[in-house]
Amino acid sequence: MASAEEVAKEAERRDIRDRWLLSAPALIIIFLAATGPLLIVVIYSFLTPGPYGGVVWKFSTDGWLSVLMQRDIFDDTLAFADAHLSIFWRSISLSFYTTVLTLFFGFPTAYFIATRPPKTREVWVFLVTIPFWTNLLIRTFAMQQVIRNEGLVNTALMALGIIKQPLQIMNTDAAILLGMIYIYLPLMVLPIYASMEKLDFRLVEAGYDLYAGRWQVLRRIIFPLIKPGVIAGSILVFIPSLGAYVIPRVLGGGKNMMLGNLIELQFGAGRNWPLGAAISITLMVLVMIALLFYVRNASGSEGAHG
Amino acid sequence: MAKRPFDIQAQPGFGFMALLTFFALYLPIAALVTYSFNTADSLSRWDGVSLRWFISAWHNSAVQDASVRSLVLAVSAAALSTIAATMAALATTRTRPYPGLTFKYAFINQPLMVPEIVTGVALLIVFSRIKVWTGYSGLGYLIAAHTAFCIPFAYLPIRARLDSMDLTLERAAADLYATPWKAFRFVTLPLLRPAIIAGFMLAFVISLDDVVITEFVKSGGQDTLPTYMLGQLRRETSPEINAIATVFLALSVVLVTAFYFVNRRKP
Repeated sequence: MASAEEVAKEAERRDIRDRWLLSAPALIIIFLAATGPLLIVVIYSFLTPGPYGGVVWKFSTDGWLSVLMQRDIFDDTLAFADAHLSIFWRSISLSFYTTVLTLFFGFPTAYFIATRPPKTREVWVFLVTIPFWTNLLIRTFAMQQVIRNEGLVNTALMALGIIKQPLQIMNTDAAILLGMIYIYLPLMVLPIYASMEKLDFRLVEAGYDLYAGRWQVLRRIIFPLIKPGVIAGSILVFIPSLGAYVIPRVLGGGKNMMLGNLIELQFGAGRNWPLGAAISITLMVLVMIALLFYVRNASGSEGAHG
Repeated sequence: MAKRPFDIQAQPGFGFMALLTFFALYLPIAALVTYSFNTADSLSRWDGVSLRWFISAWHNSAVQDASVRSLVLAVSAAALSTIAATMAALATTRTRPYPGLTFKYAFINQPLMVPEIVTGVALLIVFSRIKVWTGYSGLGYLIAAHTAFCIPFAYLPIRARLDSMDLTLERAAADLYATPWKAFRFVTLPLLRPAIIAGFMLAFVISLDDVVITEFVKSGGQDTLPTYMLGQLRRETSPEINAIATVFLALSVVLVTAFYFVNRRKP
């Protein structure tokens, strides 16, 4: 006769087993069509490129070496690969500017929404949500309509007689930056709004009672309280910006590549799969560093997360 | 309490910045939609309003093909991922922490952590091999890939709903001699329905919108609507692309609005 304790233990064991069975389909699909292939990318980064794309199963560290270096074809010396370095730099700096500028526009917007009466607030949030759920490609294309040579901006400026020749915005870094700000802005506004919504304006009132000026109230009271939202928003903007592929392809016009385009190039015309695999992993590591930064900063202010 | 001479919630210039931001959010979309009604052959002229390009897009067999493929793919991926996500959500909520629970959370959310371009090339590497080995190059690869990255999105609302439900009602059902299956079918499932619908719709929209992963996984002639549009953007674009984009946009707005109402209705 089993004791009550043993019966309870057995029931718990069965419960855990059932829970593994129940989650198995999701885990297996994700393993087969996401996680598993990522592990294979790691293996591919250590192989030798095949002559027509693909790989030859021979160990080599050349893929990793050529992420940042290039071998001189004549005397076999190594030097920094300027082309790759400039793409890394473009990816990181454009992602940084995108984050700062979306914060610059997103913060007042979130503040504006949070200080509306509850009824109208919902409408404003909805207006931010719609572009957020609209296809990224369509929004990139929409941006192109505004900045191309015969587009909205140039037509308007020429009609007003401010410029004679259309401004060349398309196919520049500025075009990519504009596109990324436009597309990732909702990702900044929504988390800041979520923190701001819970802001207790009695604290602001108390600040004014104690003779704080507007700037002091903003900097010393409001900003510290919504910092979790700002950090979350910055991460949500920075990470997809780093891995951007469609925006630079459509607005940057081939020459102004970011990391995503450099990766695609290696798997396409570049025919250097191991190098492409190595850059992919580098990009993933950059993303992980950004995430770790977020986790470390967010854990200190857990209370305000709700 | 003394009345202040100013509104304590006001910050100078914030309202202006916010309105500017909203204007900037909608200006490009307005431009895109406006040009789709353009009669002219190219985007550089404006010849008046007509439905010319909508009609031309409607009769374009490549567009018809891509639209049907997009829908089939989105429905299949959304259905499969919602089923898998519902099961996973049931397995990971309403329990004491057990070994492997944190691992499951991390694993289910893994597709969200990796840039799409990286997942895209990873799948290209693996699936191109499998295509050679098996000779099969149908829609199955795209369905598998989409299902995998849709699972975390479908999982989100379902888990949130389960977290706010306790086991009282299921226990009551068990006390009244309901089998576990009957308790699930007649108690848990009806309570969960709004969240499952929300999860399905989220997954559907995510699958419908995907460009990057599809671009790398698709075999020749397997364009979805977004990859078809991406391909067209390389050439000199005609207003036909605007017309397709406008219809796509309208569809997204309808779906988001529907999602909004499904999610807001608190049972």
